[in-house]
Amino acid sequence: MARWLPIAIKAVILAGSVVLIAVLPRYMGEFRLSQFTFVALYFIALLGLNILTGYNGQISLAQGAFMGIGGYVSALLILGRPGLELYQLDPPGWLPLGDGMTPVFTIPIAGLVTGVIGVLFGIPALRLAGVSLALATFAMAVSMPTLAKRFESVTGGGGGIGLTLPETPFGWDISTRHWLYYEAWVTAGIMFLLAWLMVRGRLGRAWRSLRDGEVAAISSGVSPALYKTLAFGVSSFYAGVAGALLVIEVSFINPDTFPVSLSILLLASAVIGGLGSLGGVIFGALILEFLPVYSQDPPLISADFSTQAPSVVFGALLIAIVFVLPGGFAGLFRRLGLTITKLASRAGQARTRPAPSPSDS
Amino acid sequence: MPLLELRDVRARYGPITALHGVSLTVDEGEVVALLGANGAGKTTTLRAVCGMVRTAGQISFGGRSITGRSPENVARLGVAHVPEGRGLFTELTVWENIRMGAVMRGGQKALRENTERILSYFPWMQQRRDQHAGTLSGGEQQMLALVRALVSNPKLLLLDEPSLGLAPTITRELFAIVKRLNEEEGLTVLVVEQNAAIALETAQRAYVLEVGKVAVAGDSDELKRHEGVRKSYLGY
Amino acid sequence: MADFLQQVVSGLASGAIFASLALALVLIYRATDVVNFAQGEMATFSTYIAWSLMNHGISYWPAFVLTLVLSFLGGAAIERTLIRPVEHRPEIAIVIVTIGLLIALNGLTGWIWGAEVKAFDSPFPNDTWEIGNVAISQQDVGTLVVTLLTVAALWAFFRFTTLGLVMRAVANDQAASRLVGVRVGWMLALGWGLAAVLGAIAGMMAAPVLFLDPTMMLVVLIYAFAAAVLGGIDSPIGAVVGGLTLGVIINLLGAYVDFVGSELRLPTALVVLLAVLLIRPQGLFGHAVVRRV
Repeated sequence: MARWLPIAIKAVILAGSVVLIAVLPRYMGEFRLSQFTFVALYFIALLGLNILTGYNGQISLAQGAFMGIGGYVSALLILGRPGLELYQLDPPGWLPLGDGMTPVFTIPIAGLVTGVIGVLFGIPALRLAGVSLALATFAMAVSMPTLAKRFESVTGGGGGIGLTLPETPFGWDISTRHWLYYEAWVTAGIMFLLAWLMVRGRLGRAWRSLRDGEVAAISSGVSPALYKTLAFGVSSFYAGVAGALLVIEVSFINPDTFPVSLSILLLASAVIGGLGSLGGVIFGALILEFLPVYSQDPPLISADFSTQAPSVVFGALLIAIVFVLPGGFAGLFRRLGLTITKLASRAGQARTRPAPSPSDS
Repeated sequence: MPLLELRDVRARYGPITALHGVSLTVDEGEVVALLGANGAGKTTTLRAVCGMVRTAGQISFGGRSITGRSPENVARLGVAHVPEGRGLFTELTVWENIRMGAVMRGGQKALRENTERILSYFPWMQQRRDQHAGTLSGGEQQMLALVRALVSNPKLLLLDEPSLGLAPTITRELFAIVKRLNEEEGLTVLVVEQNAAIALETAQRAYVLEVGKVAVAGDSDELKRHEGVRKSYLGY
Repeated sequence: MADFLQQVVSGLASGAIFASLALALVLIYRATDVVNFAQGEMATFSTYIAWSLMNHGISYWPAFVLTLVLSFLGGAAIERTLIRPVEHRPEIAIVIVTIGLLIALNGLTGWIWGAEVKAFDSPFPNDTWEIGNVAISQQDVGTLVVTLLTVAALWAFFRFTTLGLVMRAVANDQAASRLVGVRVGWMLALGWGLAAVLGAIAGMMAAPVLFLDPTMMLVVLIYAFAAAVLGGIDSPIGAVVGGLTLGVIINLLGAYVDFVGSELRLPTALVVLLAVLLIRPQGLFGHAVVRRV
């Protein structure tokens, strides 16, 4: 009896979540809805980061920077060359910008472009590990905003690029915010499924074996070069998708939309949610959005943490997790799940065990 | 009362138990050898004395229980441990290594009183005071490690595989010095060795460990003469 | 030519600040094998303490010294309470703890003192010396002198004192240190304390020029990382040479190379960082590679 209990519980939780997500918009106003849209896109970014750092053991402080790449790709594609001309931007002729694209189609493209860049980054990263990788990715995250400011002809420099809010498709009678909420969560669901399939299959096993002992992994035929760069590519793909969704949601992008603090807080949230397990990622996303350390509304102008008590709470929480709950929230729930399963199986055994008869000694 | 006494000491590295109940004694003024094959638990025994592994059982030094005390505390009580691999400060000079031997155990006073005396056993070391310890040869490093251990005038010297990686002549020289120190200064030594022959020349008594327990114990002469013991446990 | 010399001197001055913070990073790395992402925030916090002390009427140099003392205690306390429990955990755990410290300190600084930019007094007059037709800022020279004195004092400490010897031994081999009776834990705390002092000095030298706000040292930290890696993450000399060199290079590139300008200074430092990590991970003077396989 006990064997299918965990699966049953997980299925129930999953189904319940889907229903909850679908129904939630009816009970909240536009602002809250936007916040939950952010939860969805953070969820996606954190899935990617968890794959890279949790499952594959490569510390990355650059997830926010990759989101930025995806964001800019999306923004440029949505506006297209004619739109950019309005901004007096003159991107180089070789960039394949069309005439403007429906936002939703820019999402996978942003993901793919960012993914490719991630792979390119992953190749030199093979030579780095641990702290030096953390430093290198940190360097990347810090330089992104500056580079974006510098190459104004493409990015619109410090002033940024504004977009118009997309229209709800298919003539549905819901607000744009509502539509964007669904767009984000459907994407999140697809990305989650994708992550789940990757992680439980050969990819996941290869990633984990590299994390747990590269020498042993190599001797069992796992190629670090292939799988580690792939991990970078996949996590950047996720970041690109999330970045595109973010830009679509706030209809704006400038170099400070994706500052280094975002990358830092993404890593922190991934840890809090629980590295190496997909179950806790949602908690990381919820905390990242609702602990008002990094508020998106109004759009981020200054590239630093909100200097309020919540930062202290966030930092303290992070340290506490490392000390007390290394598995993060995912670890906590896993332990709870194990306890419940154990109790249930014990109850089951008690019921099926025959009562001792008087003739037994 | 023995200086060092182990009673039914068990020790483990994580889930792996290395010692399954080792009992031995070392009296003041003795040289005792701890012999046995690779993996028998000899080094672990020394580590247990110094609190470097998880230990259960009774370890007493000078009458006081030291089971589970941290290595630095055990060192301050007068136990000098020369570990496998010598444990030298390779980035420091010869003289700085020697100073470190006394800095926490007697300080300047110990240095003043003991250095000249101990260095008389190793006359070449005086000239090389400013050489970096990492550039010394294997044999020189072993001797420096010994000097560093002795400069604090320890009550007990623990030597872990001193012959490891050394040429036979150097090994003989080293053990000869240990023997002299024991005879001339009453130094108490517990030495772990793979090279049973030379160990039995120097020690008065020996224990032979096998799979984490004491298999044979006795005077060195007895063990040397007993052919069965020699062939089964000592390899010669 | 005059302009060139001015740029060199001011490059040396900012390089001195990088060097101080880089030295702090190296100190901690040598002692505890940890790269402290929070070093900048600790320095900022110290600088704010100095500001508070001066705000309450204490004059500069007494406030300076008092800040160093408090920073020392703070650094040692952080090592004992936050780092020691995770010493033996995998690298990522320690990185996360220092990042958590970064986030928390950043918030704490803003919470206590507010986020508005503040002015910070300098003990050096806001004037220049004219040598020929070269104008050299006294602030720059003062910063250089203070930093070099600090580095010299630190060097003397490690070279000539017993405590310094013990710390060097601990940095060399912790296990062996225990076997000769050293209470390694306290030596590590001492290392963190000294590093905090270095950070405080860097912060107090930077504040008059950069102005005091909670994110003041975040950028300096990155330059310091680049300098430390360039010099060799385990080499104190490397940190100083790396810092000064980086300061001069950045300044000269910024002044004379149009492409770099003032915006690409930071990315230039980062290119240096990445290049060193990839091509020669041990830096100019270091031995260890910043990498645990």
